[in-house]
Amino acid sequence: MRGEASVIDQIKDFASWFFVSGDPLIYGADVAIALTTAAIIFVLSYFGKWGWLWREWLTTVDHKRVGIMYIIAALLMLFRGGVDALMMRTQLVFPDMKFLSPEHYNEVFTTHGVIMILFMAMPLMFGLFNIAVPLQLGARDVAFPFLNSLSFWLFFFGAMLFNMSFVIGGSPNGGWLSYPPLSELTGSPGVGEDFYIWGIQVSGIGSLMTGINFIVTIVKMRAPGMTWSRVPIFTWSVLSSCIAIIVAFPVLTVTLALLFLDRFLGAHFFTMDGGGNAMMYVNLIWMWGHPEVYIVVLPAFGIYSEVVATFSKKRLFGYGSMVFAMLSISIMAYFTWLHHFFTMGSGANVNIFFAISTMIIAIPTGVKIFNWLFTMFRGRISFTTPMMWTLAFIPCFVVGGMTGVMLSVAPADFQFHNSYFLIAHFHQVLIGGVAFGYFAGLYYWWPKMFGFKLNETIGKWAFWIWNIGFYVCFMPQYVVGLDGMTRRINSYGWDTGWWAMNFTSTIGGFLMGIGFLFQVWQIAHSIKFMEKDTTGDPWGARTLEWSIPSPAPLYNFATTPLVTDRDDWWEEKERIAAGKMPKEKPKLEPIHMPKNSPIPFIQSICWFTVGFGLVFHWLWIAIPGFVGIALTLLAHSFNYDTDYYIPVDEIRQTEAKAGRGV
Amino acid sequence: MAHANNHAFAHEGGHDGHHDLEELRKFGFWIFLITDLILFSTLFATYLVLHENTAGGPDAKEIFELPGVIVETFILLTSSFTSGLAVLAMNAGSQKGLVGWLIVTILLGASFVGMEVTEFLKLIHEGHTIHSSAFLSGFFTLVGTHGLHVSLGICWITALIVQLSRHGITEVTQRKVHITSVYWHFLDAVWIFVFTIVYLMGVM
Repeated sequence: MRGEASVIDQIKDFASWFFVSGDPLIYGADVAIALTTAAIIFVLSYFGKWGWLWREWLTTVDHKRVGIMYIIAALLMLFRGGVDALMMRTQLVFPDMKFLSPEHYNEVFTTHGVIMILFMAMPLMFGLFNIAVPLQLGARDVAFPFLNSLSFWLFFFGAMLFNMSFVIGGSPNGGWLSYPPLSELTGSPGVGEDFYIWGIQVSGIGSLMTGINFIVTIVKMRAPGMTWSRVPIFTWSVLSSCIAIIVAFPVLTVTLALLFLDRFLGAHFFTMDGGGNAMMYVNLIWMWGHPEVYIVVLPAFGIYSEVVATFSKKRLFGYGSMVFAMLSISIMAYFTWLHHFFTMGSGANVNIFFAISTMIIAIPTGVKIFNWLFTMFRGRISFTTPMMWTLAFIPCFVVGGMTGVMLSVAPADFQFHNSYFLIAHFHQVLIGGVAFGYFAGLYYWWPKMFGFKLNETIGKWAFWIWNIGFYVCFMPQYVVGLDGMTRRINSYGWDTGWWAMNFTSTIGGFLMGIGFLFQVWQIAHSIKFMEKDTTGDPWGARTLEWSIPSPAPLYNFATTPLVTDRDDWWEEKERIAAGKMPKEKPKLEPIHMPKNSPIPFIQSICWFTVGFGLVFHWLWIAIPGFVGIALTLLAHSFNYDTDYYIPVDEIRQTEAKAGRGV
Repeated sequence: MAHANNHAFAHEGGHDGHHDLEELRKFGFWIFLITDLILFSTLFATYLVLHENTAGGPDAKEIFELPGVIVETFILLTSSFTSGLAVLAMNAGSQKGLVGWLIVTILLGASFVGMEVTEFLKLIHEGHTIHSSAFLSGFFTLVGTHGLHVSLGICWITALIVQLSRHGITEVTQRKVHITSVYWHFLDAVWIFVFTIVYLMGVM
């Protein structure tokens, strides 16, 4: 029986290496994952919803549903990234607290950064793209609905792969950008960095395709009459963001691929030996990484512009300068990457160039701030939740932007870099600029997605708790940062005198967490109690998406709108109010729609399989994954039956149900 | 009945029909090419940063054999020409000519890949692998990525030939031929840079 025992031993050895163990937090996560999975399976089976889930959601190519799935996934990731943040703040409360070991702390700050930028901000942004852009353009869908679904599932399975590292194999711990040589095999021999590489790689390919998709959609699918000077400003912001995506993301793809070749095949791109150049990685990753922050903030600027105009009941001030500012930011974003490593010995002239270009990019941003202020000037402002977030954004972003300009002064940066001053700065622009904007967008377009508004009272509670929490959390960090507190360290001794500030900061962090809980409550409460919006235009808004019923029907517009003005829907309402005839609508015609497809879902699982196999160097898993990708590509290429027509009768019925005569 | 009506509508073309869709896809493909161009530019930049970092191993001058590469280049340039002839045959409405020239293109592409694989194997056999130095890491990755693109193109055109035999020349297959042809020319253009920057500059 010795043989038997040794097999069991082998299995035990394997399991103790494969499954992360030894930490109560991990066991808690294991239990939570098992319970959640069981609950999902039970609920779907009990209510007989598997077929519904498959037909209506997993295989859907409808941009509105893809958008909703993006948003749900992003909010879940916001929860996880937030828990990571609170774990760090908890560890920092008392210097002697052994809540997180240094190794665990490294993993937590790494996953916090990656998740918040790549698996929270990006999908939330793509969700809003999907909800709003085709509707603003008067289009029936995005240019490539199939590709759109594929983009979503690639993001989703990439994110799953990354998140899995927490309980299987071990999390990455090399920081959110994984600088070599720390991320090389010599520095990180475990599988965490490979999870990082493949989780981001798979979802990054999805992001790249979304960039292409929305550029084509915006350039080619605008409703008749929508000239460039009549394109809604959010759509302009999406276009400028997508231009940055298609230029930046291929660089990320290459960078991650090269790092993987180093780790997997023993190449010498970034190694310390064999002639590798670690500094090249830092250049490459920031050539993607700096445009990335503009990629996520530009659509937020678009949202603020829509919200400010709608709730001031005024046309946006300085439309042309706004468009120009956004496009110039998307280009200038490429001339600032080096400010992330002023201190690494690039030489004075290089530093000067990038210091100046970083300062210059503040100018278009300043222009926009004034545009928003002038839009509000003498407007009839209503203080709804989207407007509140917009108002809170302005001072927050101004302060965050100015500390950014302080950091862009190369000699001063030699003092600030890697300190909590920097941490406070980028959280201020990313939370105050990006997260606030996406919240505003989420509240603003929520009725268009689901047909009811979110509860405003709870929303305002969430707003105030979030905002107070924000300042309580990050203002002390500027102070300790200037006092020399550096980042990425899990404990600061009592003798440093930073305890009170750290304690305050942690309270702020938890306040933001409570704000998030209020938002969850707000959604749950609203689902149960809110009244259905029958107007399709609950805010009295300005652009085309509000001219159709909420939630938008499958085909969006029963007849393609003919655009004659900027803010076309607002002008139309004004015309009708002035007693003029509404614009004549063309006769109903059958509508051309794409068919659902299971291929994006299946192909993304294959990508997941490839990633998982390569993380563990198990080719017997990776190769079937590659074969699956090839087969699904071929299956899609050979499928010529990809679309259908909705007959006129069906359109008439759907519109009548939404209370619209056609 | 409803189905028949829909079918009739689908063939009317018009502003909502298939024609626009095909134009959209062509435009999307051009944007994809921009991203692919950036991908290659990044690899070229990497190669240029690393090409002198031989870590005591051989440099470009010692291991590159120009005659083989020149033959490869001629083969690929010719395949670009024959893929152009395929499009001309398609425009003239000749399915036979189209498929014939596509097959010639594939064969030329395959011999190009074959020569490249032979070159790689020879280098590896001599002990010059991706592991040997940063210079060789950059070389294998850049040239290999191009070769991978060509191989994908071969699979793609093969699948397209099967589809052409099933559906004939339609708006959809026409678009697909146009796109693969643009892709093929693009790879040709990238190769000219590989030839110049990696091989010519390497041996000079």
